[in-house]
Amino acid sequence: MVLDATGRALIALIQDGLPLAPRPYAAIAMALGIGEREVIARLAELLDQRLIKRLGVVVRHRELGYRANAMVVWDVPDDSVDEIGRRLGEFDCVTLCYRRPRRLPLWPYNLFCMIHGKDRERVQARLDEIIRAAGLEGIPYQVLFSKRRFKQRGARYVDGGAGVQAQRKTANG
Amino acid sequence: MPQTNNKSQGLPPSSVEVKRLVTDTDRVSQLSELEKRLLNDYQRGFPLSPTPYAEIARELGASESEVLACLHALQERGMVGRVGPVFAPGRAGASTLAAIAVPAERLPSVARLINGYDEVNHNYEREHEFNLWFVVTAGSRGRVGEVLDEIRAATGLQLLDLPMEAHYHIDLGFPLWC
Repeated sequence: MVLDATGRALIALIQDGLPLAPRPYAAIAMALGIGEREVIARLAELLDQRLIKRLGVVVRHRELGYRANAMVVWDVPDDSVDEIGRRLGEFDCVTLCYRRPRRLPLWPYNLFCMIHGKDRERVQARLDEIIRAAGLEGIPYQVLFSKRRFKQRGARYVDGGAGVQAQRKTANG
Repeated sequence: MPQTNNKSQGLPPSSVEVKRLVTDTDRVSQLSELEKRLLNDYQRGFPLSPTPYAEIARELGASESEVLACLHALQERGMVGRVGPVFAPGRAGASTLAAIAVPAERLPSVARLINGYDEVNHNYEREHEFNLWFVVTAGSRGRVGEVLDEIRAATGLQLLDLPMEAHYHIDLGFPLWC
């Protein structure tokens, strides 16, 4: 995906969030020196190209009471990883499902998914359900529950971009 | 503006953030109807019109200022990280999931070192021999590699670099009934 300078500047400005103000796109437009309609058109294009997969409220699970967060890693035969990945990705409470490389002998797992729930018991019960429903009995897996969160925020895709939210916070002291 | 009734809710995210697991009960059931609707129904499809918050307010039978105040309060309480884009992994910039096995007594200092990188957006302790898991995102794979090399050199610990190769989940946001 090749972005022009304005596209990169736009991403740098919005990656930490849109302004919580009546005319958020106008505020971004002013910072970029382009028109409000161009900001909106560019965002529509980024959504259309699926570079942005969704635009909206990004919730923080733990603060909402979803304190059990399990990364489940599976050792799936290479020839069925795509099919099993797609099956896993369809479950409601699976929030991510990625294929990643094995790092043998240290790390044999090639499929990762994330399951959030209000407590461990519920996450474990949901996982058991998923294993049954998706026919994953016999596939080796491990559940890595989270213990401490040291950091969580949106990713920064453009190096050095602080974003309108951060700039505003700094400006407000 | 909703009451903040838990000390941990008021903390803004920061690069040196270290939080214990929150241990109270069902927060979702304590939310107002407006809060629930904003949290559940607007994780995607944010209006691309000049006054998006006014549009949401119309849909929810509230005023624009109520919607803005509610979102602001949810953000202050940490329940909303941001109102904005979620980028598709692997489409913009470069990123990887990395894991290291850190001796328990070194965990706080190693976590702090890793948090110090602006390129690190997630950093969690997990129950495994590889006990520290973090995501590195940057404008290029070269910069991601540099960050990993620096962390390897600074810690002397074995590091797994696990970049995404395929994704199977269509991200529609997180339903609050899970």
